[in-house]
Amino acid sequence: MLKPLALALLTLTAPMLTAPAALADDLRGTGDLGLIVEREAGSLLVVDRSERAAIGRIEGLGDLSHASLVYSPDERFAYVFGRDGGLTKVDILTRTIVKRVVQGGNSIGGAISDDGKLVAVSNYEPGGVKVFDAETLDLVADVPMGSKTVGIADVPGSRFVVATWDTGEVWVLDHAADPAKPVITKLTGIGANPYDALLTGDGRTYIVGLFGEKGLTAVDLWQDPPKATRFLPDYGKDQPDLPVYKMPHLQGWTLADGVFALPAVGLHQLLWVDAANLSEIARTDLAGQPVFAVARPDKREIWVNFAPPGNDKVQIIDVMTHQVTDTITPGKGVLHMEFAPRGREVWLSVRDENRVEIRDARSHEVLAEIPARAPSGIFFTDRAHQTGL
Amino acid sequence: MARLVAALLLVALALPASAGTVTPDRADELRYIVRQDCGSCHGLRMTGGLGRAITPAALAGRDPDDLSTIILDGMPGTAMPGWRPLLSEDEARWIADYLLTQEP
Repeated sequence: MLKPLALALLTLTAPMLTAPAALADDLRGTGDLGLIVEREAGSLLVVDRSERAAIGRIEGLGDLSHASLVYSPDERFAYVFGRDGGLTKVDILTRTIVKRVVQGGNSIGGAISDDGKLVAVSNYEPGGVKVFDAETLDLVADVPMGSKTVGIADVPGSRFVVATWDTGEVWVLDHAADPAKPVITKLTGIGANPYDALLTGDGRTYIVGLFGEKGLTAVDLWQDPPKATRFLPDYGKDQPDLPVYKMPHLQGWTLADGVFALPAVGLHQLLWVDAANLSEIARTDLAGQPVFAVARPDKREIWVNFAPPGNDKVQIIDVMTHQVTDTITPGKGVLHMEFAPRGREVWLSVRDENRVEIRDARSHEVLAEIPARAPSGIFFTDRAHQTGL
Repeated sequence: MARLVAALLLVALALPASAGTVTPDRADELRYIVRQDCGSCHGLRMTGGLGRAITPAALAGRDPDDLSTIILDGMPGTAMPGWRPLLSEDEARWIADYLLTQEP
């Protein structure tokens, strides 16, 4: 009698003892995950960097042309900004849509506040910024700006910064005191037609690229009020403008020794700028109109992709010599590049060939490929912890 | 035979004037260019972005020759580039007709 009882007890307790282990097998971290935008299909591919594989797909996100996204501080949720004005919160662990609101007619990007509580969406139509509760996606603040808005970024202290295409202004929205009533600081005369902007990783310098005139504008957000300075006011003035078949994008980083490398507009060049005094250091001739100029995380190389017709290529430039060291041809329609956080490998979306290519960031060799439907933006979860992304 | 010729003529007449100079293969490429490359500013569905909406409804009443000229030479003072280095006049006209009539 004792024996069967003991057995029964064993049977009863055994699952309880093994339960935590089984649970741990089901659990997983998100630090090596990412999302890839499938622009035509309106879906997101969930990828595992360590496995170099897709592990799922989230569908039903609407028009994702020019879509971008930001991550929640816990790297579990992503907020996706779609062309059709849709703001979608997705759960990358359960691969489901948590909530979706159509908040505008035409949106271009967004940002998440440094405390993870507010999500701001930059709209073309109606022109301005709308700010939402990150938990519920309820509208918190609506800030019309009378212009298409570009280059929105999060500034430390529950703030957002954005530039206006039509009116050439920079607006800083401070939500620290009352999220629903941001204190607005407006800088005018930034320059004609800002097309994009970047915020440096320290949250200090907001660089605005101009399409309507030569040059760029840097805004020092450490000054009160923020101070705007024009630089490179006449780069390329002596050369005829080349057609821009796709607008460049600016990214938020500074190279070693305080140097910026920025894509020129209407010139097939990369511009090297001294961050301390905003003077030009050098230029590098490129194979086409640069779109993204992305630093490898160790900041020793810049990787550049191009507008049509050169959008099958990527050029790699040495930061020390400013020379192109390699030109690779991943395939038709290289739209985006994303480095693993420590820079070991780089993922490239090759839109027209429906695949994502993974290359060794040092040897440039192809390591793996993942099928994806017309992929565009690639976003790894480490962005959750980077100011300006 | 006469019937076949008449039928072919009818088909030819039903197509836009410039269609004869754009092969079906090139037409496929042009459709793709419109969706992807025009789409980078005008939106995948031509509903607008940095550039204005260029759906048939948004372009209603526009002259296809004017649109061809804009495609080839761009619009000074805006972000619309001239596509002459990449497109022939026939191809620009094909795109103008396509934008006016087709939902991409």
